[in-house]
Amino acid sequence: MSCFFLRPTKVLLRACPFLFSFLVVPTSFAQIQNQPDDGQWVMAAKNHASTRYSTLNQITTENVASLKLAWTFSTGTLKGQEAAPLVVNNTMYVVTPFPNLLYALDLTKPGAPLKWMYQPAIEPASQGVACCDVVNRGAAYYKGRIYYNLLDVQTVAVDANTGKEIWRTKLGDINKGESMTMAPIVAKGVVIVGNSGGEFGVRGWLAGVDAETGKVKWRAYATGPDKDVLIGSNFKPFYKMDQGTDLGMKTWPADTWKIGGASAWSWISYDPDLDLFYYGTSNPSPWNPEQRLGSNKWSSTLFARRPETGEASWAYQMNPHDIHDYDGVNENVLLDLTINGRARKVLAHPDRNGHMYIIDRATGEVISAEKYAYSNTSVAVDLKTGELKLNPTKATGYNTVRDACPAPPGSKDWQPSSFSPRTGYLYLPHNNLCYESQAVQANYIAGTPFVGMNVRMYAGPGGNRGIMSAWDPATAKTVWSTDEMFPVWSGTVVTAGDVVFYGTMDGWFKALDARNGKPLWKFKVGSGIIGQPVTYKGPDGKQYVAVLSGVGGWSGAVVSGGLNGVDGTGALGFVNAMSDLGKYTTKGGMLYVFSLP
Amino acid sequence: MFFRSLSALTIGAGLFLTGCQREKRDIRPSPTRLAVYGDAAKESALRPGGPINPQPVVTNPYNSSGYDISEGQRLFSWYNCNGCHANGGGAIGPPLIKQQWIYGGEPANIFDTIIKGRPNGMPAWGGRIPEYQVWQIVAYVRSMNGQQPTSATPTRPDTIETNPQTLRNRTSGETK
Repeated sequence: MSCFFLRPTKVLLRACPFLFSFLVVPTSFAQIQNQPDDGQWVMAAKNHASTRYSTLNQITTENVASLKLAWTFSTGTLKGQEAAPLVVNNTMYVVTPFPNLLYALDLTKPGAPLKWMYQPAIEPASQGVACCDVVNRGAAYYKGRIYYNLLDVQTVAVDANTGKEIWRTKLGDINKGESMTMAPIVAKGVVIVGNSGGEFGVRGWLAGVDAETGKVKWRAYATGPDKDVLIGSNFKPFYKMDQGTDLGMKTWPADTWKIGGASAWSWISYDPDLDLFYYGTSNPSPWNPEQRLGSNKWSSTLFARRPETGEASWAYQMNPHDIHDYDGVNENVLLDLTINGRARKVLAHPDRNGHMYIIDRATGEVISAEKYAYSNTSVAVDLKTGELKLNPTKATGYNTVRDACPAPPGSKDWQPSSFSPRTGYLYLPHNNLCYESQAVQANYIAGTPFVGMNVRMYAGPGGNRGIMSAWDPATAKTVWSTDEMFPVWSGTVVTAGDVVFYGTMDGWFKALDARNGKPLWKFKVGSGIIGQPVTYKGPDGKQYVAVLSGVGGWSGAVVSGGLNGVDGTGALGFVNAMSDLGKYTTKGGMLYVFSLP
Repeated sequence: MFFRSLSALTIGAGLFLTGCQREKRDIRPSPTRLAVYGDAAKESALRPGGPINPQPVVTNPYNSSGYDISEGQRLFSWYNCNGCHANGGGAIGPPLIKQQWIYGGEPANIFDTIIKGRPNGMPAWGGRIPEYQVWQIVAYVRSMNGQQPTSATPTRPDTIETNPQTLRNRTSGETK
């Protein structure tokens, strides 16, 4: 069995090809990226390591060209469809944007008819506090229940068989500008959820809710005194800049931490061996940096915490005193890699700031942080101090700054990457945007936006607004990349057939060769894709690929919100870069499922 | 000759009159009604049984002075209206540079919308923004669509400019 521990994986492939051909992946396999896989899809990120890798291999680089549409389903909603469909016990579960409907589709019958629909009690006014379209990023399945969040700051548990609501817990208040859009995970019987609202001056938090009862077990704020942040004696940040007491208060002017943002609106990963989960916090509020001097902890920060108590183990602030809306919320893909001859337990975090952080997930030490996309706002990350060296000529404020790259959505926003243990590469859907900005004073009025920045974005060098690329985390280099006209705002999935799937905002669902990026297949769907593709084994034993189409989100708000392109500052400046989107796509939520003939 | 001088006189008088309005400014804003009631802010063009007797028409008392529209523009940012509607193009909320209004585009409708809020996310500002300021915001919002005297409309926005772009020529953009 020693061949399992060899690196790189290409050597491993040569050494143990029979294992891959039979898809035998024993649970004793030491590398976290080789998660057990039963062909279902039980959480948005596929597994707790967030690899979005499926061991299914019926669809291959050879036969993917003959992939055909199997069936479709209309979600009955017109806003941005960012969710990943789940597949459990021959049932598919689809969560829609507001009003956050949950559909269960019976995969055992032809055409997958509707089993039931759950329509939650939700406050329509919550649409007014959702910064970037009224999206939802998906659900999690655990012990016979579906867990997901509602836009009006509620978490629900729904019986997976009957569609009956088991509990519904209100966790926040839209009148404080709070909303919820993230996909929860369940670890050790705790549903972990966080708020959105970095553009509304919320006080960011992450909460652990008892999966059984819906009672809040703990809540970890991202700002304020250590006791509120759940920082105790076991908190060991790696770098000096993150050490000290009550930094969540002291790094802000006066009481501004109370309205300082740092919400947790995106991904959570969990390592059961270390018993730590990982997530990042959002930008500080307001965007206008001159109203919040200091490093503004713990905004734009990666946290490692314990699922049962929420207690912090380490933290690393990637963007101290963020001046570009570089949220730290992007996914953390958990990998066991051999780097410079050493076996390391790492997390790979492609940050908004354009750096790919490879971090020791036990300690918080940054192993490498090379740029994976064009960026001129920062120079490099000092691996000794952990500090991000900024380019002072791109510092935003009341002065006008032009041609700062990447723009506020970052080199990559929430759209999640995937990792293949076969190739050893991360597949990064991302953006190529620059911007100009000028701050104005932001007034805090609870329940209204708290931004204070006029922004206009536009395409970065090359003119293409999006890129799909493969990154080798062991060598910290791009392996291949493909340009896209619009930001690649969809997630990716990669399979043991060495096929990568992703969608484009102009409505193409595409398959590439995971090894070299060669285009293999594409299909034109009804509306632009910003959802997360998944793949699963159907009751008939066949491999299927599913994705939600339905343009929207921050990047697609110009279409889903019917915005007027003449004002480039629309949608926080994203409209300036996307005013032509309406020529390529219209809105409409539809699920597409594909299979081989 | 006669007609030419008459038209010149008319234009002159017109300029004189709009010039007066442009400069008009209330030092102490007079209180107005707390909300717009009844027919004035109707949101449907359907009238069962045909039109009814005319109701009192609500007019914006802060309609056409340069000061008021400029104040409206300042207040539009001050109360974070721009956070949801950007500088007219829309974001969280719908665009305001447009022809089709969900809840009506007459001054009384926009006033009503700001005071009462709307169910899908527009906050109810009644009791938070002084009434005369609401009217100033209404005047500014309508100026985005060229519905206020051009002589009184600010020629440039209070936002970062890439191109020489004015509030007036913004209105030439297409509505989606």
